[in-house]
Amino acid sequence: MSGAEREPGFFATARLAMRLLVRDWRAGEQRLLALSLVIAVASVTTVAFFADRASRSLAQEANQLLGADLVVVSDQPIAASFAQHAGQLGLAVTDAVRFPSMAQSGSRSLLVEVKAVGPRYPLRGKLRIRTAESGPDVDPHGGPAVGEAWIDERLLRRLDLRMGEPIGLGERQFKIAAVVSEEPESSAGFMNLGPRLIMNAVDLPSTGLIRNGSRVSYRLFVAGASAAVAQFREFAAQSVGPGQRVEDIRDARPEIRSALERAERFLGLAALMTVILAGVAVGLGARRYLQRHLDACAIMRCLGAAQGTILELHALQFVVIGLVAGAVGCLLGFACQYVLAAVLSPVVSVTLPAPGLRPALQGLAAGFVMLLGFALPPLMALAKVPTIRVLRRDLGAPDSTGMSAYVLGVAAIAGLVLWQAKELKLGLYVLGGIAGTAAACAALTLLVLKLLESSGRGARFDWRFGVASLRRHRAGSVVQVMALALGMMALILLTLVRSELLDAWRKSLPADAPNRFLVSIQPEQASLVARFFADNGMAEPALFPMVRGRLVELNGKPVSSRDYADDRARRLVDREFNLSWARTMQPDNVIVEGRWFADADAGKPLLSVEEGLAKTLGVKLGDTLTYDIAGSRITARVSSLRKVEWDSFRVNFFVVAPPGVLEKFPASYVTSLHLPAERAPVLDDLVRRFPNLLVIDVASILGQIQRMMDQVVKAVEFVFLFSVAAGILVLYAAIASTHDEREFVAAVMRTLGASARQLRAVQAAEFALIGALAGSFAAVGATAVGYFLAERVLNLDYAFDPWIWLGGLLAGAAGVTLAGLIGTAKVLRTPPMQVFRAAS
Amino acid sequence: MAPIVRAAGLTKQVFTGASSLTILDDVTLEIGQGEAVAIVGASGSGKTTLLALLAGLDTPTSGRVHLDGEDLFALDEDGRARVRRERVGFVFQSFQLLPAFTALENVMLPLELAGNARARERAAGWLARVGLEARLSHYPRQLSGGEQQRVAIARAFAADPKLLLADEPTGNLDSATGEEIVALMFELNSVAGTTLLLVTHDERLAGRCARRVRLASGRVTSDERR
Repeated sequence: MSGAEREPGFFATARLAMRLLVRDWRAGEQRLLALSLVIAVASVTTVAFFADRASRSLAQEANQLLGADLVVVSDQPIAASFAQHAGQLGLAVTDAVRFPSMAQSGSRSLLVEVKAVGPRYPLRGKLRIRTAESGPDVDPHGGPAVGEAWIDERLLRRLDLRMGEPIGLGERQFKIAAVVSEEPESSAGFMNLGPRLIMNAVDLPSTGLIRNGSRVSYRLFVAGASAAVAQFREFAAQSVGPGQRVEDIRDARPEIRSALERAERFLGLAALMTVILAGVAVGLGARRYLQRHLDACAIMRCLGAAQGTILELHALQFVVIGLVAGAVGCLLGFACQYVLAAVLSPVVSVTLPAPGLRPALQGLAAGFVMLLGFALPPLMALAKVPTIRVLRRDLGAPDSTGMSAYVLGVAAIAGLVLWQAKELKLGLYVLGGIAGTAAACAALTLLVLKLLESSGRGARFDWRFGVASLRRHRAGSVVQVMALALGMMALILLTLVRSELLDAWRKSLPADAPNRFLVSIQPEQASLVARFFADNGMAEPALFPMVRGRLVELNGKPVSSRDYADDRARRLVDREFNLSWARTMQPDNVIVEGRWFADADAGKPLLSVEEGLAKTLGVKLGDTLTYDIAGSRITARVSSLRKVEWDSFRVNFFVVAPPGVLEKFPASYVTSLHLPAERAPVLDDLVRRFPNLLVIDVASILGQIQRMMDQVVKAVEFVFLFSVAAGILVLYAAIASTHDEREFVAAVMRTLGASARQLRAVQAAEFALIGALAGSFAAVGATAVGYFLAERVLNLDYAFDPWIWLGGLLAGAAGVTLAGLIGTAKVLRTPPMQVFRAAS
Repeated sequence: MAPIVRAAGLTKQVFTGASSLTILDDVTLEIGQGEAVAIVGASGSGKTTLLALLAGLDTPTSGRVHLDGEDLFALDEDGRARVRRERVGFVFQSFQLLPAFTALENVMLPLELAGNARARERAAGWLARVGLEARLSHYPRQLSGGEQQRVAIARAFAADPKLLLADEPTGNLDSATGEEIVALMFELNSVAGTTLLLVTHDERLAGRCARRVRLASGRVTSDERR
């Protein structure tokens, strides 16, 4: 060799690395690794795109109930600076004024809720009106014209009016131009009481109704890009004065908040499973890559390649694999989010925000973390492979082919899981479940192999040989069982447990969930109202007592809204609380601290407080709260904190006392019931008999949540497809990981005269044992994780099915045996000499 | 002639728990430039270990090796790799071709590692010299054992080594093919003026070398020159 040749420079090494990469690729050496990466990146990217686009659109969809993305509410006219600032941020703005007033028609009059709306109302959601009494619903694209009023059906019937007739309001007469069948805000907040009358804001001054002291609520509606809305929210939160507040749908409806949070958790779970599975597949792919490159590296060392050169060559190859597989994964994820958008489009009427670059970067980063986590330690080992291996093959498998090589990879996956989980608890549960399963798997596999050692004597040849073969490669067998168990566990979680969890979620809001609330039933009316329903052939609704009180002291110190920075806390303190009492807890409540009242607690000044409220107000177990109820004070100790499923639509209270404490105060009763659409007239009868009753229609909010659930279920199922793909890849990788060795053993046995049938029997015994072990671990692990997720994270009732365990064992044994035999069929057909030649 | 290989007091012991096993015991050896030397001995006599130490593929318990003036074990692993890249070629009993590479790519590899810009032409030229010009794009598994060893020989010579080390080069071949391979190796050796050091227990192959070093139980028992 001429002396001019030196250590190759970086570019020469890079060129060589690319050539080696192409040669390896042609031989199929990196396909498993690359495919695992593509799936990992694609799934993380898709889920990130979902989080980026679709969950924002779900929130916007929910905002239709509010008529805007954000509302500034005030008891005084709102300063023009708010609308100006919103305009500067590029947000759409409109306003409305709401107040109660008497509507007149001839001699009759009725208390109505007037809403005078500005142009472009509503910004989110739709008004639907009928311009003929029995005509179809149409979208009016804006509010009423000047001089016209749109009223709701109840008002039409109660005042016995016809379309086109005049209706009096203050000093003006308006022409009834339409009946409102659907409007935003109708159910966002329980404060919508009387029948609605919508008019044009231009007509407002001429009614002469807005005077000092009138109960008027001024509302500024804002909608637009979420970043701008967030900016406006920040501005508004700082600029609001007394009697003003900023509201979004999550403030307005705790039901929506619960549903959105659960939806995000489901999606997060799908993403986590995929990250873990793809990580395992990447790990197995990297392991196989290492094993198959030990010899090549030894030869290259022998041919004079420095350790640094070998490291550089392979690192460059990995970077290129990572970039190419990452790019393919990103493109796939990008394509998939269009599918996801199409899945959601029938139910999401808002335009999805454009996909950003961030999800793609997130996917790429996840792919690289996984690749480097699993590939770096083996790579370092690869560079140090003893050159003597070319002469003595039994020497020189570097140490880190063992478990220690996986430490960094496992840490990488754990990091990704916690990053993706967004919620520490969910991430920790999933990680704990996986780690527990893996550790139990390893321990039990070793134990079973140990037990089989003694029981194996006297067994059939194929069984004995199969078990012996597994025992010989104890570490390899453990890794294989662990990988298979994780893959199968994910598949079980994703198929059986997923559908059970989603069912449980759907069941938490059944088709007959309450859609009407009846409020301010007087004590003497309670039994009459109950009888009214019975007389009309409907179930008697459960009535809950309600006492209104203002929180005045916390632990003996006066409470003022000024003490709180948090907007919600201020409002809670300013407002009257609905207090109730009960002997038994609502079935959808869960005690998180303390204990529910015992019978002996009756009459004792104790309170059970909703967890979220306690957190907002800084109330802890054992604190004392003092309420001012109708002028007299009562002090009670917090004896338990409760979690409430607001999206159950049952009557629930933030603060509940045991019986015998609040009865002396003036109370009214409240109930919720499911009213089928065709029975709607019953409520008109009810209201005619008990004019003081308030009926609150939550059908539209209920429908909204049910539609959201359906969308989310579809989206989750779509994202789970990735997890299934990753799971299958793991199964394939786990079986492929022992392929070379099996081929060699089979060749030796063939040489010694074993028939194909004997070889198949030996391999079947091996696969069946591995599969049965992995399948049982997987089933137990999946039900355990499912149970924890349901109980602790998703707050659903989960009834697990022990048949899954037996099914896991049998399906594992059968599936792995079948897949294994198909995968190794070629091994039996390959002439032994060819195997030896390839191995030599 | 200045020696190309100078081994002094080479000892290799392996420790298995409490006891130790001496594989190579105080071997001292000089090999001059252009010599053809056969190291012979029974199985387990330490032949392969000696070869590995002379090439710096393994490290001795004690002793030194100078290869073309370089003190091998004063260098680090990468230094030894550089010495091999620049001055040593290998032929193995089990060929050691990379299965994912074609014949041409296998021969190109040492040239590519050395950053040789004309790797392809040189590799093709060497494959032609070993009679495989029609097999350039074949993979090792598509070649017979003799053909695989020819590829390995082409690879060994491609980088113009000063020293060619061969470990039982005919061990995996039938006798006729083995003859051909040996003939080819000696022919190329005489043309290139390379020093040849081969480990074998094939007496006929050993007989073609001008010098035979015999090992028994890790010691040099005879050193004959013809």
